[in-house]
Amino acid sequence: MDLSAINPVLLIASLMVAATPLLLAGIGELVVEKSGVLNLGVEGMMITGAISGFAIAVETGSPWLGFLAAAAGGALLSLLFVLLTQVALANQVASGLALTLFGLGLSALMGQGYVGIKPPQIGRLDIPVLSDMPVIGPILFGHDPILYLGIAIVAGVWALLKYTRAGLILRAVGESHDAAHALGYKVVRIRTLSILFGGACAGLGGAYISLVRVPQWTEGMTAGVGWIALALVVFASWKPWRVMLGAYLFGGITVLQLNLQAAGVAIPVEYLAMSPYLITILVLVILSKDKSSAPASLGRIFHASR
Amino acid sequence: MSIPLLSLQGLTKAYPGVVANDGVSLDIGEGEVHALLGENGAGKSTLVKMIYGLVKPDSGHMSLRGKPFAPSEPRAARADGIAMVFQHFSLFNALNVAENIALGMERPPAMRDLAARIREVSETYGLPLDPYRTVGDLSAGERQRVEIIRCLLQDPKLLIMDEPTSVLTPQEVEILFQTLQKLRAEGTSILYISHKLEEIRTLCDSATILRLGRNVGTCVPAQTTAREMAELMVGSALHTPERAGRDFGDMALDISGLSAPAPSAFGTALKNVHLAVRKGEVLGIGGVAGNGQDELLSVLSGEMPSAADAVRLAGRPIGRLGPVARRRLGLLTAPEERLGHAAAPDMSLTENALLTGSVRQGLETNGFLNWGKAEAFARRIIESFDVRTPGPDSAARSLSGGNLQKFVIGREVLQEPEVLVVNQPTWGVDASAAAAIRQAILDLAAGGCAVVCISQDLDELMEISDSFAALNEGRLSAPRETAGLSVEEIGLMMGGAHGMEVAHV
Repeated sequence: MDLSAINPVLLIASLMVAATPLLLAGIGELVVEKSGVLNLGVEGMMITGAISGFAIAVETGSPWLGFLAAAAGGALLSLLFVLLTQVALANQVASGLALTLFGLGLSALMGQGYVGIKPPQIGRLDIPVLSDMPVIGPILFGHDPILYLGIAIVAGVWALLKYTRAGLILRAVGESHDAAHALGYKVVRIRTLSILFGGACAGLGGAYISLVRVPQWTEGMTAGVGWIALALVVFASWKPWRVMLGAYLFGGITVLQLNLQAAGVAIPVEYLAMSPYLITILVLVILSKDKSSAPASLGRIFHASR
Repeated sequence: MSIPLLSLQGLTKAYPGVVANDGVSLDIGEGEVHALLGENGAGKSTLVKMIYGLVKPDSGHMSLRGKPFAPSEPRAARADGIAMVFQHFSLFNALNVAENIALGMERPPAMRDLAARIREVSETYGLPLDPYRTVGDLSAGERQRVEIIRCLLQDPKLLIMDEPTSVLTPQEVEILFQTLQKLRAEGTSILYISHKLEEIRTLCDSATILRLGRNVGTCVPAQTTAREMAELMVGSALHTPERAGRDFGDMALDISGLSAPAPSAFGTALKNVHLAVRKGEVLGIGGVAGNGQDELLSVLSGEMPSAADAVRLAGRPIGRLGPVARRRLGLLTAPEERLGHAAAPDMSLTENALLTGSVRQGLETNGFLNWGKAEAFARRIIESFDVRTPGPDSAARSLSGGNLQKFVIGREVLQEPEVLVVNQPTWGVDASAAAAIRQAILDLAAGGCAVVCISQDLDELMEISDSFAALNEGRLSAPRETAGLSVEEIGLMMGGAHGMEVAHV
């Protein structure tokens, strides 16, 4: 066993990379749930984003176009969810599960020609002085732009929900769609936009796995991150910064346990592998003991005539 | 007369199967308090929804100060100075007062300025309110203040109030009326929807009466008796419940030294309650809401067990028995909350009839349900109590409040109870249905049933009860004979004016 092989600076830098897919998917789902919609299709939208982004990046040679396509792909799949739940008023839980199953199948079909190919790499941020600084440089200034975009989205969502009128209306719709409708707000339109945003974020998260973190295409490569994102939103009490905290905690322990496995710690691998799930849930359960609770209309079908 | 503020001409709106409004016309003058009267389902709510832009009329037109007025959405109506306080509050529980108010405004100022304005306006109109409190923690009266202040901040020309007093205590009603009178003095017109006729007589300048979607008359409330207005609403002579002289029989229900802890953080503990009801007697229990009414009902129904000896039915201790066992012995209860407590909202009337009727009506054998008998029982309730519904297969939720209340009370009455306990039997029910329910209770008592009627409507209690007691902070006053009881005495029994927040206007 050789713990000295673990470099704390690299550990932190790599946990941020490991956490980003989860962060993106989580913050998107947070907005969706704040508007009162429970979309269980995160996993499906992520994997669809992963293959859409991968395919376009490979075909065009531009990782940027790839990420754009990933967001579009995720949003497009979530449009199906919009049609089911907002137009046809179908059950949200069933529709979300169907979306995940559909996304997994669709991505496998789309990805048939892309197995074993290496995608074009996205450049890392390289600011002459800052990126070369010891410790701080690799942690804060040595990442790819999408990682920063993820953090920016968290900050943006937080500010939107807390300080803007648009955010207040979004929360109001999630709290009581009947009351919001009576005041003249367009419940279905607001929810549709939220779902599309959630889909785009999930797509970005998926593409981050296939283009940056792994980077290659394998069937089912999101491996349950979408489900973790769903749980994360709940345990984070629907608060943006807590979603980030939870994502980094989960990413951190994932990276740490991989390092510990590599260092040959005398704990069975199975226990190490389950530790990120256990510890993340434990910490967020303790955090979520305050009184903040789910949006009151979460998962309820809105029909304007009642 | 000058041009009215709002004039409606021949408004018609039909829904599949029902014409909600049929050629309704009315004028509301500047600074006038105009009452819109009618039974449940007469089309009052549809009419105001058209004025507020939530519903589009099929035909007819509206004009505001002589100009055509056709709001396409509530936003447009608000922009024209029309504000509405909803019957079922359109508030967001998880948001605070200021956020709730901002949502109802077109261009709200920054939160801090808005909070200051809320404080200012609420003090001016005698409706003190803290802008940073979460709405979910407020009482019904305070929530209504939030709605009213949301309207007032937009400086409305016409304020629509849809049954504003149905959730308020008499003291809160008093405060509300002072606010409305102040508004009228400032030139704001008010369209006031209610079926509480005495309120309308004290508050309103003129009244329009709707029946089955049609305008059936107008009157000046102050010069019209409540009875005349009620008869216009109903379209026929109103029957005042008749009480047959009767002798009381043996002791039916006897509670002595009953104490029970508060069931929840917001509940009231019952302290040393004594009461006794004889066969054929109606005991009325008054008191301001939240003084132990719900707790007393759950102790009597068996939802909350007590010491075995504390509750006796015809001498037999039943304090430990659950609701089903008590039903079998003849003690039936009808709680206040219709949707969720007295009836399961999404289940059909047949299923709801079965839920409380299975024991006494023999609607099940060895755990198997007898649907035929259950449906017959539901039909019997619907017929005997004139419940207006397409049939026993309708969901309880689909009935209007008054019709569901008739069903809920009828379901217990038809089971021929030995003792019937009802809480707020006519809450939110229009005049004719209320009279029918009271008559049913009196008939039941005439047949030898003991009745405990818990209510906040003192007129109702005076009308039907033989003796009266009041709940105050979980204590029950000694029962007195109703005949000859003065309002002052009742007030003292209820604990005087304790604990109520009086606004400083």
